[in-house]
Amino acid sequence: MLNIKCPHCGMRSQNEFSYGGDATIKRPELNKEVSDQDWDNFVYNRKSLRGKHKELWQHISGCRQWIKVERDTATHEIFKTVKAHEDI
Amino acid sequence: MQKYSIFNLIKNAFSGHQKWDLAWKDATPKKKYDVVIIGGGGHGLATAYYLAKEHNITNVAIIEKGWLGGGNMGRNTTIIRSNYMHDDNALFSEFGMDLWRKMSQDLNYNVMFSPRGIINLAHSDAQMNVFARRGNSMRLNGIDAVLLNREEVKEIIPMADFSDNVRFPIFGGLMQPSAGTARHDAVAWGYARQADSMGVDIIQNCEVTGFDVVGGKIQGVRTSRGDIKVKKIGLCVAGSTNILAEKLNMTIPVETHLLQACVTEPVKPVLDSVVTFGAGHFYISQSDKGEMVMGGDLDGYNSYAQRGNLPTLQHVLTEGIAMMPFLSKLKMLRTWGGIMDMSMDGSPIIDKTHIEGLYLNCGWCYGGFKATPASGWTFAHTIAQDRVHKLNEGYSLSRFNTGHLLDEKGLGTKTWIS
Repeated sequence: MLNIKCPHCGMRSQNEFSYGGDATIKRPELNKEVSDQDWDNFVYNRKSLRGKHKELWQHISGCRQWIKVERDTATHEIFKTVKAHEDI
Repeated sequence: MQKYSIFNLIKNAFSGHQKWDLAWKDATPKKKYDVVIIGGGGHGLATAYYLAKEHNITNVAIIEKGWLGGGNMGRNTTIIRSNYMHDDNALFSEFGMDLWRKMSQDLNYNVMFSPRGIINLAHSDAQMNVFARRGNSMRLNGIDAVLLNREEVKEIIPMADFSDNVRFPIFGGLMQPSAGTARHDAVAWGYARQADSMGVDIIQNCEVTGFDVVGGKIQGVRTSRGDIKVKKIGLCVAGSTNILAEKLNMTIPVETHLLQACVTEPVKPVLDSVVTFGAGHFYISQSDKGEMVMGGDLDGYNSYAQRGNLPTLQHVLTEGIAMMPFLSKLKMLRTWGGIMDMSMDGSPIIDKTHIEGLYLNCGWCYGGFKATPASGWTFAHTIAQDRVHKLNEGYSLSRFNTGHLLDEKGLGTKTWIS
């Protein structure tokens, strides 16, 4: 069982959260020419790192806010959680 | 190589079975090979076998970080099927079914292929309609499919919950009678033994540390047991593809996730087909030893841990007990986890890459085991001929860029219902 510290609600079990994937992926800027490769990288291509991974979770059965989590993908240790607009 | 036969069995009985040849030798890496396959799992071993058998390329090494067949080849639930709707998936898998049917004779090794049938249960009229469509598509591609009504399903699996007062009543199901199971270890060992006998070096405990790429061409691979010069490398490392892609400066449409499976204590024969729950992600079969073999959803977040987490297991088994209530009386014997290549459209990739001499075989999601022979056969063709075969044309790496996705069931890195 992962215990994730929601920056809004405090420590909760993983059952309350939904996973949102890599938090470092940036949507290409609006109103600019976007190459196919840029879209490809945004929609499909992922590094899926082994080790420290910055990722999005949503506290779906709690405050429903999106948060950022830094977690080790090999040991499942969670190092840090911040609000979605903050840098991690 | 000593043939496995009744006569050799009797002959060796006189020497107390102490004089059998080793099934394969423990090779040390040479300085140079024609082809190096990275990954000594089912797909890697099958690729090496078909390179030697179909293309006469025998100066081949398989390098494996751990031990042979110790990754997902030893962690799957051994289901073999070709019940796909899209042509690319259906024709590829049905080609594989044919290889499965001949495999024990072909490899001179009993892989215990057991075509016991698979039933996908439907829990609504709409789902029955979808299954009728998929069944018809399968039959158009020459694959056997039977649409079963509620009574027909009840005859095959009377132990399922057919009472009226259930959340997901069984309306019927789609059956592929020729689907089944096989002994996963035997498949790995059978391919390894034949590949070794044709001159392939199987090198275990040898980790890839880097690649030599000069001017966009593969020149060699660096390993924990020395550098190897080679012009063609086949990557068969589902579960670790992202790690090796990083060493090649590639970013691929795959995420690495954790999938669990479990078995109960052995019980007397009760279930003689593979059954999948249609209202969630759960499937079950009974092994020859009597254990109920079960699996279901991804744990749901990127992971390289080969062990699972309890909430997902609880979720999956809740579905199982809803489908077959007697399961609640059984004791759990083992649970385990494997790491999956989850591709973004749920279909695999068998293709060339932008690096000359580098071939990619990855993205197997939930369905790697059943694809072992077809994957090996088409990947060997792709490597030997330096072009994809018609059977794996649809499994291109570029399909994400061009929009030709193979989204068979809407599966991918996200779990089905989450």
